[in-house]
Amino acid sequence: MSVTHDTPVAPTADEQGSGPLFDADEERRARKRRIEEIAKYVIPMTVMALAIWYWDRLVVWNEIEPYILPRPGLVISTLIEDWDTLSQSLLVTLQITGLALAVAVIGGVGLAVLFSLSRFAEMSFSPFAVILQVTPIVSIAPLIFIYVENRLIGLLLCAWIVAFFPILANTTLGLKSSDHNLRDLFTIYRANRWQRLIHLQLPSALPYFLGGLKIAGGLALIGAVVAEYVAGTGGIGSGLAFRILEAGYRLQIPRMFAALLLIAATGVIIYATTSLISHLALRKWHESALKRE
Amino acid sequence: MAGASPKAEARAPILRMREVDKTFNGQVVALRRMSLEVREGDFISLLGPSGCGKSTALRLIAGLMPPTLGRLEWEGEASADDIGVVFQEPTLMPWATVEKNVYLPFRLRGQRFSSVRDRIHEALALVGLEKFANSYPRELSGGMKMRVSIARAMVTRPRLILMDEPFAALDEMTRQKLNDDLLALKATTGSTVIFVTHSVFESVFLSDRILVMAARPGRVISEIEVDEPYPRGIEWRTSKRYGELARVTSDKLNSALHHEEGLVA
Repeated sequence: MSVTHDTPVAPTADEQGSGPLFDADEERRARKRRIEEIAKYVIPMTVMALAIWYWDRLVVWNEIEPYILPRPGLVISTLIEDWDTLSQSLLVTLQITGLALAVAVIGGVGLAVLFSLSRFAEMSFSPFAVILQVTPIVSIAPLIFIYVENRLIGLLLCAWIVAFFPILANTTLGLKSSDHNLRDLFTIYRANRWQRLIHLQLPSALPYFLGGLKIAGGLALIGAVVAEYVAGTGGIGSGLAFRILEAGYRLQIPRMFAALLLIAATGVIIYATTSLISHLALRKWHESALKRE
Repeated sequence: MAGASPKAEARAPILRMREVDKTFNGQVVALRRMSLEVREGDFISLLGPSGCGKSTALRLIAGLMPPTLGRLEWEGEASADDIGVVFQEPTLMPWATVEKNVYLPFRLRGQRFSSVRDRIHEALALVGLEKFANSYPRELSGGMKMRVSIARAMVTRPRLILMDEPFAALDEMTRQKLNDDLLALKATTGSTVIFVTHSVFESVFLSDRILVMAARPGRVISEIEVDEPYPRGIEWRTSKRYGELARVTSDKLNSALHHEEGLVA
């Protein structure tokens, strides 16, 4: 077999010596990869820092009052000063979000399994699931707080309604999308319903479920915050949303920003955690976790 | 059963298909009056153009659907519960390692992994993959995945192995290598195989009986006996007899295609 190099950059056999062979194109790509590796972290951080700096300058240049728009530094110092109150509220919000997500996972997966075992169950109950999903939570929440005495349960219910649907929908889809040849194979080996569910359908549904979990995590937080806005009552045991409302009434804008910052950070952490779980569960086998070679 | 050698008659029958018809939706005749006797140690190829019902025949035997007319009779201790299957795709569970994939038939029978570990590793050794027991399917090449699939089909030592165009999606070199290996496996295990293919050469190379099928309606139009005994060496591929049989089979396949055109016209 003879190979002809017609690109001028290709070195001749003499120039190559015995070292590793890199042509110019490969070197260029390797350099690009190295730069991208660094830029991946540096660029977003720089832009974020610039945006915060510009926010600060905007306030200073225009002499904006802190009760209209506080400087970023003031937000941070308020966060530290009010940490006792805010951290209490953060804990409450986290609790509701976490519990709602846990119940959404159990309820969503449980219902999806039920649907996959019985077509009739799916026909009967999926309209309810859809109606709950498409009706905006703000419009259901006031009713919930009328009927449910316990405030915590009410909040939990609201957050759960928002969070459970993506898990249900995704898991249901996943349970149905196992490879049809594998399904035939299970039939040939006389697998029973449970074996089919445990060894075929649940593993096939795992990537879909984890996709749903990522969405549900964010939605549980949104549900918890929205519900608290509607519930409106304060005092001990109120979450971050109430602190924002309260600070708004009192014109404590820096505190509003501080609470907002905590909610945003919570959302980011939830997303990062669910992404990490997804990565750990799928990295060994699923297409989405593969690096192209 | 024209052309079956006395040696074949001496072997115990496993399965008889009698005048089996399969019709879909009451109008599409996928298979018409197919009869077939499978004896222990047979390697039967179902050869034909697409739409000739060869995969349908295999699915009927696997018990994935019932025949519309006719009967499938399992003989002696053989049954539809005791078969291994290899599909055109490797059909592995991507979330399970190679050994756990091969473990599947045992797992579904409720056997513990530790009690069958040796048999799993034996099957993997037979297909040359003992070093990959703990790899995931995605780490393997197409040919290697197919080998895992073959190991899974053989691991329970079933009475009958069904193969549905197992190498059709592989490149020519991998395919030839796997054909060689399948013959070697046949020699060591003595398995009974029904092999669906659309390749004349594959069918002559591997099997001792070829059923040539025609489409629309799917049916068997001729049966060719390949009188070369097992074990067959690699030199079989270059022998004169192989060439002759390939020509005969090819002619029959052409007439199968002709049959089809005749019906359409």
